[in-house]
Amino acid sequence: MTTKVKGEIDFSDGAGSDDLAPVRKMVQACIQCGTCTGSCPNEFAMDATPRRLWRLVLSGQKEEIFQSKTFSLCSACYYCTLRCPRGLPLTEAMGALKQIAAREGLSQYRQSSLFYKSFLESVRRHGRLREMEFMTLYFNAMKNPLLPLRFAALGMKLMLKGKVALQIPSKGNGALAALFRKAAELEEAP
Amino acid sequence: MKYLYYPGCSLEGSAREYDLSTRAFLTAIGAELVEIEDWTCCGASAAEAVSQNLALALPARNLALAEKMGGSNEILVPCSACYLNLKAVEEKVKHDVDLLDRINSILAVEGLHLAGRVRVRHLLEVIVRDIGPDLIAKKTVQPLEGLSIAPYYGCQCLRPYSVFDDPEAPQSMTPILEAAGAAVHHWDMGGKCCGASHMNTKMAVGMELVRSILSRARGADAVVTVCPMCQMNLEAYQGKISKLDGKNLAVTVLYLPQLLGLALGLSEQEVRLDLNLAVTAGFQQKLRHSEPVPA
Repeated sequence: MTTKVKGEIDFSDGAGSDDLAPVRKMVQACIQCGTCTGSCPNEFAMDATPRRLWRLVLSGQKEEIFQSKTFSLCSACYYCTLRCPRGLPLTEAMGALKQIAAREGLSQYRQSSLFYKSFLESVRRHGRLREMEFMTLYFNAMKNPLLPLRFAALGMKLMLKGKVALQIPSKGNGALAALFRKAAELEEAP
Repeated sequence: MKYLYYPGCSLEGSAREYDLSTRAFLTAIGAELVEIEDWTCCGASAAEAVSQNLALALPARNLALAEKMGGSNEILVPCSACYLNLKAVEEKVKHDVDLLDRINSILAVEGLHLAGRVRVRHLLEVIVRDIGPDLIAKKTVQPLEGLSIAPYYGCQCLRPYSVFDDPEAPQSMTPILEAAGAAVHHWDMGGKCCGASHMNTKMAVGMELVRSILSRARGADAVVTVCPMCQMNLEAYQGKISKLDGKNLAVTVLYLPQLLGLALGLSEQEVRLDLNLAVTAGFQQKLRHSEPVPA
């Protein structure tokens, strides 16, 4: 059903590195009580509930986890983390799943992942986010000519108020390039 | 009251009025802000979704810069997302030496080092704890009489770190708003999620969350916020959401220091009401009719 994109994860078997291991560790003590599901403001839009997602993590069902939209619908409100009777870092676990999806370039998560990567690219170049450059990088990466229209009215309003200005993406001075490089290096060899 | 100031990226762009009104309000109160030199992005919600190391190193860089500056060991942060990112590093390195080492090995490429000495504080915490209702009442010259205000806290200044308020039923703004002469609109949406960046990537979901907040704000003259993302979500899509919902959900949405600034006698121009996206004519009319306190 899903389109193959470059770098897509191989779901064939459990061979290779177990990148779910750190997430599993975070939710190891889950008792499947469902407090997270009951607390989640985005649950109405999810295919699998957060409770079910943790079960899938614990039983290593990678394919189902990454075919579901659940983790990408986490808006980091921290209600589940606050209320979890086992004190588990559930919002962080959602973040860890987002990181795996971004690293592996999973197609279902493409939009969010390109959004965040465009954001960070602007930060890497200039140190501080340039909001309009970020949105331009995002639109370019999404290659959807209709997408900018959704934001055109708001963009105009903000420009008229002088809050943002048109920013053609520029290389900048690579303000945070060294820090980004080092962070990536350590990620590869933890 | 002296604080190192971390404005964050939004406050230089789409949330300029939050920066300008925070500075104006704190000056009127008598607090001093010293901006952290060469501060950079905290990683927002983007770093956490892409790289754990960046999610730590980006905020840590700013903490290290603050430590280097000295003068105060308290960093004041108005944006809730920046606040949580900086706070999380402050909290985590307290009990995890290995993590601090990892962070420092990344910061070393810039010749920076984090000791873990600075304390990160949200603007709301400073208003509630350091300034407090008594000083607000004393400094109020233009009481917000006849205005009913819905306090909106959002998520990340309340959770997961419960520092200054009840993360389930926040109420710290109540005495502050009352001290400024306003009535508080009672609702249970103060700590609910606005959808954060869903508005950009999953608009239908974001709109539903904002719709439920705006519906419960009906009857209030304004909603006050303490986060640029909450502010943008609540103010920018009112027309679209009203159309979908078949009800007029238009309501004024302001940053807390804008509203408090007005009570302290700052002008609409000084708190930059002209930059907000949702200020109704009715609200402005009521505002202009409130009488100054005789000297």
